[in-house]
Amino acid sequence: MSRLDVRKTYKLYIGGAFPRSESGRSYEVVSASGEFLANVSMGSRKDVRDAVGAARSAQRGWAAATAYNRGQVLYRVAEILEGRRGQFVDEVAAAEGLTPRGAAASVEAAIDRLVWYAGWTDKVAQVLGNLNPVAGPFFNVSVPEPTGVVGVLAPQGSSLLGLVSVVAPVIATGNTAVVLSSADRPLPAVTLGEVFATSDLPGGVVNIITARTAEVAPWLASHRDVNAIDLTGAAGVDDLVWGELEAAAADNLKRVLRPTVAGNVAVEPDWSADPGLGRLRAFLETKTVWHPKGI
Amino acid sequence: MTVRTTSPSLPSPAAPSVATTAGTVAHARDVLGVSRLTNHALTGWLHGLPGVDQVGCEARAASLGTRSVKTTSKAWAIDLAIGMIDLTTLEGADTVGKVRSLCAKALVPDPLDPSTPRPAAVCVYGDMVATAKEALGDSGVRVAAVATAFPSGRASLAVKLADTRDAVRAGADEIDMVIDRGAFLSGEYLTVFNQIADVKAACGDTHLKVILETGELVTYDNVRRAAHLAMLAGGDFIKTSTGKVAPAATLPVTLVMLEAVRDWRELTGVQVGVKPAGGIRTTKDAIKYLVMVSEVAGEPWLSPDWFRFGASGLLNDLLLQRQKLVTGAYSGPDYVTID
Repeated sequence: MSRLDVRKTYKLYIGGAFPRSESGRSYEVVSASGEFLANVSMGSRKDVRDAVGAARSAQRGWAAATAYNRGQVLYRVAEILEGRRGQFVDEVAAAEGLTPRGAAASVEAAIDRLVWYAGWTDKVAQVLGNLNPVAGPFFNVSVPEPTGVVGVLAPQGSSLLGLVSVVAPVIATGNTAVVLSSADRPLPAVTLGEVFATSDLPGGVVNIITARTAEVAPWLASHRDVNAIDLTGAAGVDDLVWGELEAAAADNLKRVLRPTVAGNVAVEPDWSADPGLGRLRAFLETKTVWHPKGI
Repeated sequence: MTVRTTSPSLPSPAAPSVATTAGTVAHARDVLGVSRLTNHALTGWLHGLPGVDQVGCEARAASLGTRSVKTTSKAWAIDLAIGMIDLTTLEGADTVGKVRSLCAKALVPDPLDPSTPRPAAVCVYGDMVATAKEALGDSGVRVAAVATAFPSGRASLAVKLADTRDAVRAGADEIDMVIDRGAFLSGEYLTVFNQIADVKAACGDTHLKVILETGELVTYDNVRRAAHLAMLAGGDFIKTSTGKVAPAATLPVTLVMLEAVRDWRELTGVQVGVKPAGGIRTTKDAIKYLVMVSEVAGEPWLSPDWFRFGASGLLNDLLLQRQKLVTGAYSGPDYVTID
């Protein structure tokens, strides 16, 4: 006897829950070779607004968690990703048109990257902070603090490794994120949302919206309650000028991480390269404190 | 909802001038058509009111809440709602400084946009009236004081009246009194009536809002009866809740009260205002109430003279939505004051 297909329902991930888009819209996702894969929610500007609200309410608690604890949570995300490896390999292969072997390598690199950033959570302050020499009876200490709510345009090409590479450094230091997934390759992002939901990560720390990037990115860039924005995913989107997003972001003095530019065009970086500390540093504020020496 | 930019012309809210208890009782006798106002007569009249269809009432409230109000209508609704707010602080921890800062907010709700309308009133405890009055000056923002042993109402009549006179003497423009729910629930309607009438007399020409505390009245039938009793006893406004009891204001309860004031105007020609208070926090909620006011009571009530919101956090959300409409970008809590 044949079974009925159990089709997965693809929804957004906002505030730890999986709502449909407020707009009620959805769109078709096809594989690299053009076959139908799924219908996913097409997020709207109001979904962005709700996600920013969720990220804002989660931010204080997440930043107050100990760095050690954040590392443990990120490591747990990596563990669960490892457990669902097979599903991710299939989704990445379909989305990016990779061979099973190539997709497996990409998924493994994504897991390794999470572990790498998990290790950095309680070390970043030692590297980027300092005890400054001053001429007076004071301790002068500089410590990095999270910027706050960060909007992330996830890369359009690398659907899992690229996504993990932009989200993990944002949340590792205590920021919360509103992520616009790759528009044409959103399925690994939806599944990553399910991984976050089951991995001790507090609701609202990462919010994932599947949407047409050119439609909703301007709303994220102009939102007054977003403290920083990562424009990596503006590369390769028609009808979207990242300079305009940067201008909109300037309205409330957001920090902006520009996309990689080659020649005159924004391009996607090579995700297999050593990530370095750049993305961690981009979403940190340095607080310097003068403290009297008790003499 | 039709958009109109001017308030309809109406009898002034302070129409019935200084009331006396005897005058109120005489008027009540006329309405009931009895020669002597007894508890028996009141009970007969109140229990003769048609019952509320609970399911129908809740369904109607829910369906009115589904209207979509956008763009220019939304901008109009937001400004109207801001003008209807009784900006409230009723905490044991209220300080002179907190009341002053609330008054400053009432005077300049949004420093980024001077065209923002001011709320109708600031609502405080009786001992803070003088502070609020001084801070608000002749700005036109009124001072409302809660009185009569707010929020429980458990005190002797003498204490309640003294509480009221105290607030009036300090300069309150409006008095928010609570009814004796214990007496109401045990069927002593005449006691409740007399207390409201006495407080009304003690108010003089100060506006009286009567808090029914619907969260403790259990049924919609009781809400309808309490609303009629309060109007019979001379209340200028009927108000849902103190905000200290859950559930506070809900859409169905407000629907019942709006029907009551509509029916009362049909019956006596006197218009009474409605004030939902407590639990209204978002612009979306406020607009649902405005739609209901327009649909149930009618446009004459769409004015700060006849409809108020008892709220504090609501103002911030209205301001954020207003900023969104003006600037085109979503705003955030950094752009409004922390209350």
